[in-house]
Amino acid sequence: MSTGTAPVISCKNAWKIFGADPKGYLKTLSEGRSFEEIRADGYIAGVRDVSLDVHKGEMLVIMGLSGSGKSTLVRCFSRLHEITGGTIEVEGTDIGSLPERELIELRRSKMGMVFQSFGLLPHRTVLENVAFPLEMRGQDKHARRDRAMEVIKLVGLEGREEYFPRELSGGQQQRVGIARSLAIEPDIWFLDEPFSALDPLIRREMQDEFLRLQEMLGKTIVFITHDFDEALRLADRIAIMKDGAVEQCDTPDQIVLNPATEYVRKFTEDIDKARVVHARVLVEAGATAEGLAIDGAASVHDMAKMLITDPRDAFPVTENGVALGAMPKAKALDVLLDQR
Amino acid sequence: MSAADQQSLPSAPPAFGIDRPKAALICFAVAIALTIAQYTGLLPAFLHRLPESLIPPFADWLDVIFEFVKEDLGLLAFTRFLTEGLEWVLDVTGNLLFGRRRWPYLGPIPWSAIAAAVAVLGYWLGGWRMALLAGGTFLWTALVGQWEIAMQTMSVLVVAAPMAFVIGLSLGITAWKYPAFENAIKPILAVLQTLPFFTYLLPAVIFFKVGPTAGAVATVVYAIPPMILMTILGLQKVSPEVVEAGKMSGCTRLQMLRHVYIPSARTEILVGVNQVIMLCLAMVVLTAFIGMPGLGATLLQFMGSFRLGRSFEIGVTIVLIAVALDRMSKAWVAKQPEHFEKGTPWWQQHRYALIGLSAFVLFYVLAQFIPYLNEIGRRQSLSMGREIDGVMRTFLALDWVTAITGGLRAFLNNNVFIPFRNFLLSIPTPALILLIVAFGLWLAGRKQAMLAGLFFSLVALSGWWDRAVITLYSVLAAVILATLIGLPIAILAARNEKSARRVLLACDTAQTFPSFVYLLPAIMLFGITDIAVIFSILIFATVPLVRYTIEGLRTVPPEITEAADMAGATRLQKLLKVQIPLAFPTMAVGFNQAIMFAFFMVIIAAFIGTQDLGQELQRTLAGTNLGTNFVLGICVSLMALSFDLIIMKWASDRKRVLGLGG
Repeated sequence: MSTGTAPVISCKNAWKIFGADPKGYLKTLSEGRSFEEIRADGYIAGVRDVSLDVHKGEMLVIMGLSGSGKSTLVRCFSRLHEITGGTIEVEGTDIGSLPERELIELRRSKMGMVFQSFGLLPHRTVLENVAFPLEMRGQDKHARRDRAMEVIKLVGLEGREEYFPRELSGGQQQRVGIARSLAIEPDIWFLDEPFSALDPLIRREMQDEFLRLQEMLGKTIVFITHDFDEALRLADRIAIMKDGAVEQCDTPDQIVLNPATEYVRKFTEDIDKARVVHARVLVEAGATAEGLAIDGAASVHDMAKMLITDPRDAFPVTENGVALGAMPKAKALDVLLDQR
Repeated sequence: MSAADQQSLPSAPPAFGIDRPKAALICFAVAIALTIAQYTGLLPAFLHRLPESLIPPFADWLDVIFEFVKEDLGLLAFTRFLTEGLEWVLDVTGNLLFGRRRWPYLGPIPWSAIAAAVAVLGYWLGGWRMALLAGGTFLWTALVGQWEIAMQTMSVLVVAAPMAFVIGLSLGITAWKYPAFENAIKPILAVLQTLPFFTYLLPAVIFFKVGPTAGAVATVVYAIPPMILMTILGLQKVSPEVVEAGKMSGCTRLQMLRHVYIPSARTEILVGVNQVIMLCLAMVVLTAFIGMPGLGATLLQFMGSFRLGRSFEIGVTIVLIAVALDRMSKAWVAKQPEHFEKGTPWWQQHRYALIGLSAFVLFYVLAQFIPYLNEIGRRQSLSMGREIDGVMRTFLALDWVTAITGGLRAFLNNNVFIPFRNFLLSIPTPALILLIVAFGLWLAGRKQAMLAGLFFSLVALSGWWDRAVITLYSVLAAVILATLIGLPIAILAARNEKSARRVLLACDTAQTFPSFVYLLPAIMLFGITDIAVIFSILIFATVPLVRYTIEGLRTVPPEITEAADMAGATRLQKLLKVQIPLAFPTMAVGFNQAIMFAFFMVIIAAFIGTQDLGQELQRTLAGTNLGTNFVLGICVSLMALSFDLIIMKWASDRKRVLGLGG
C-alpha cells in the first residue's frame, strides 16, 4: 500500500462548516472547539480538521454512525461540497481552485460515484443510465452503447438493458448505479453506503461481487459504510469518524488491537478479533523461529488449531516469499482468547 | 421543529402588552360601538363613509401611468408587433380547424379525421374508456352541429396552452434558479390568481386588438401562474442524490437542467400542464365577453335570449371537452415509459402513432367522398335544442315549479338576502375594517390582520366601497349557504369509502368544468334574477367545500378513530370530538377555496345582472377605461387576498399544532 508514490487523494486540515457565514466563522474559530460548542454557536461542523491520504489502488473505508460526517467528507473529495478550510488535492491538483470547466473534466475522466439510494434517472433505461456520463462528455452513440453494454455485462445485468429503473429490484438498481460509475473507467471510485439500502442477503452477495470487481479493476476506492463488519470485510484501511473528525485511521488489525480512543475501543468491543488480526501484524521484527513458516495473510482464526497443537513458542512468518520475522505464540493466543 | 417551538406557536409574544385574542376583542368591541352609534344616529357622516373629497383619483393616476407606458415607452408598438406574429399563428390554426380563409388554405380538416385521431390518442393514454371519452366528445360536438364553434374555441386553445406552458416553464426555472426573482414574483402571482378575469380582458383588448389575439393573450396570462408554481415545486423536489449523480457524471449546468432536473420533475411539470389546459379552456370560454367567437360567445348569446335548450347543449359540449382534456392530460401524467424487448421493429415501437396517423388519413380521404364525414351542417345535425327549449319552458311554467322557485326566491330575498345585504351596507366603513382586522387577529396573526386591514382600507379609498360591500355580501351569503349544504353532504359521503370515492370523483369532475357553465342551471331554475347569481356562486363554491371536507375526514389516521371506537364513542361523538377537529385545517383550506371561487364567480355573474364590482367591471369592457378597470379588479383581488392570507395562515398553524405536517 505504501508504495512510496504520491497519494491519489491528499486531504489536509479540511473543514466543512454549515451555517450562515461558515468562512468568517472558521477564521474566528479557536483551536480545539468541540462539535457541541460549534453547534451552540449556530453552526454545524460536517468535517472537522480532517487530514488523510488515499494511496493508489488502496481501499479506504470511512466508517461512522449517521451524522458523523462521512458522507460530507467524501463529497468534499469530489467537490460536490466546497470545503470551508484546508486543502484537498487529487493527483497533486488542488481541486478547490479548479475552475468549473476543469472540475467537470476531472469528474468526466477520473471519478465515479455510487449512491446509497442509487440516484438513477427515472426516465432513462438501464442502458441510457449507464451511458449517461459518456453522453455528457460527448461520446458518439455507438461507442457509448458498446462501452455501456460492456459494464452492464460486468455487473451481470445483461438482458435488462432496456428496462427502466422502477422495473428493477433494489439490488439490480444498485448494479446499474455501479455500472454507471464504472462506465468512464474512473481511477478513483467513491461509494457512499452503496449496500445500506439493500436487505442483508443481497448485501452479502453484492459485497462478494464488489470484491470480485475490485480484484479485476484495482481502483483507488473510498468506501463509506456504517456497518463495521462490512468495513472489516472490505478495507485495506479504515477511518473511523465521529462528529466530523477522524478518530483513527489505520488497518483493521491495528484498529482492533490498538484502538486510539475510547470511542474506537467501544466500537471494536464486540468484534471477533481473531478473524480480523493477521499474522503479519503480530510479527516481532528481528526475532527468529524454526520450522514451517506461516503466511502473513492468515488470520489468527485461521491459525487457531495450530496455535493450540503446535509445540513451538514462536512461528516464522513469510508473505509473498519474503520472511517478515517471527510471531510469538503467546501474542496470537492473547488475541484468540482474550477477546473482551 | 422542537417541542419548544411548537408550544410558542399558537400565541406569539404579546406586543404593546396586549395579546392577540384580547386585541381582537378590542377591535370587535370598537366596531360594535361604531355600528350602534350609526344606528342611533350619533355617528358623524364622515365616519360612516369616506367623504368623496378624500378619495384619491387612483383611476386617473393609473391612466396616466398606462398612457405613459403605452405611448411614451412604446409598449403599444411592441405589443402590436407581437400581435402580428400571434395573429399569423392563430390564422393557421383557424384555417386548419374551422376553415378561416387564411394561409395555408388547407382547412377545414374533416371532423371525422380529427375525432378518429383523438380517439387513438385516447386509447394510447388510457385504453378503451379514454378512447370512448375522447372520440365520443368530438363525435357529439360534430353531431349536434357545434363543430365549427367548438373548433373556434380550440383554435385559440391549441395556441394559448403551449405558449402558457413555455412561458410558465421558463419563468419557473428562472424563479427556481434565482431566489430573489422567486421572492419578487410570488406576491405578483398571488394577486394574479385572485384578480377577476375582466381585469385580464381589457388590457388584452387594448394592447392586442379585439378578437382571437386578445383572447389568446388574456388566456395565456391567466394560465401562467400555476405553471410557474408547479415548475418551482417540481424542480425543488428532485432528489439530491440524483442531482449529485448528474454532477458526478460530469454534467455542465445546461446538461444538468436538460437531462437531470427537468426530466426528474416530469410529474409536477405535467400536473402544471394539466392545470394550464384547464385554465386555458375556462378562460377561452370567458373571452366571449370581449367578442371572441366560439363556444363561449354562442353560449352567452343563447343564454341572453333565454334559449335554454341550445345553451344546455353547448354546456354539455363544454363540459365534455373539459372532462376529456382533463382525463387525457392526467393519464399522460400517470403514464410511465414502457420498455420494448430488444429487436422490436420501429413500426411496432411507434404502433399508436402510426395507427393514429392512418386513421386520420383514412377519414380525411373518406370525407372527400362522403360529405357527412366532412361537415355536418346546422340542418343535418341531431341537435334537439328547440325541443329541449320547449320542454324546459313547459317545465318552468308548471304551476308547482313556479310556486317552488318563486316561493323560494321571495322567501330568501325578503327574509335573508336583502336584510343581510342592507345590514352589511349599514355598517360604517371603519367598523367593517375593524371587524376584518379582529377576524385576522383572532384566527391568524398580527401580520395577516394588519395586511387585511390595509387591503380593506385601500378598497375604502378606491371609492367603490358600496359596490365592494355588495360583492362581499354575495360571496358571504353564497359561501355560508354552500357550507350549510356542503358539510352534511361531505360528512355523509365520508362515512364509507365507496361513497366517499364516488363523491370525490364527482367533485373532481365538477371542478374541471369551466366556471361559465355554472351559470346555466342557475338561469334555468331562477331566470335572470339575483337569486340566480347567489345560486350559481353557491353550486360553484360547494364543490371545493365538499371535496376538502371529505379529504380531511378521510385522512384522520385510522388508529385515532380506532382509539375513539375503543373509548366507547358513539358515531356522533366520534365525529364531533375526534374527526372534525382533526379534519378542520383541511376543511379550512376548502372553505378558503370556496371563498376564492365565490369571488371569481360573482364577477361572472355580472352577466346576469348584479350591482357589485363585477357589474362595473363589465361596463369598463365596453370602453378603454383601463384605470377604472384596474382599480375595480384590484379591489376584488385585495378582498380575496385578505381572506386567503388569514384562513391559510390559520390552517397551517393548526396543522402544525396537531402535528399533521403542513
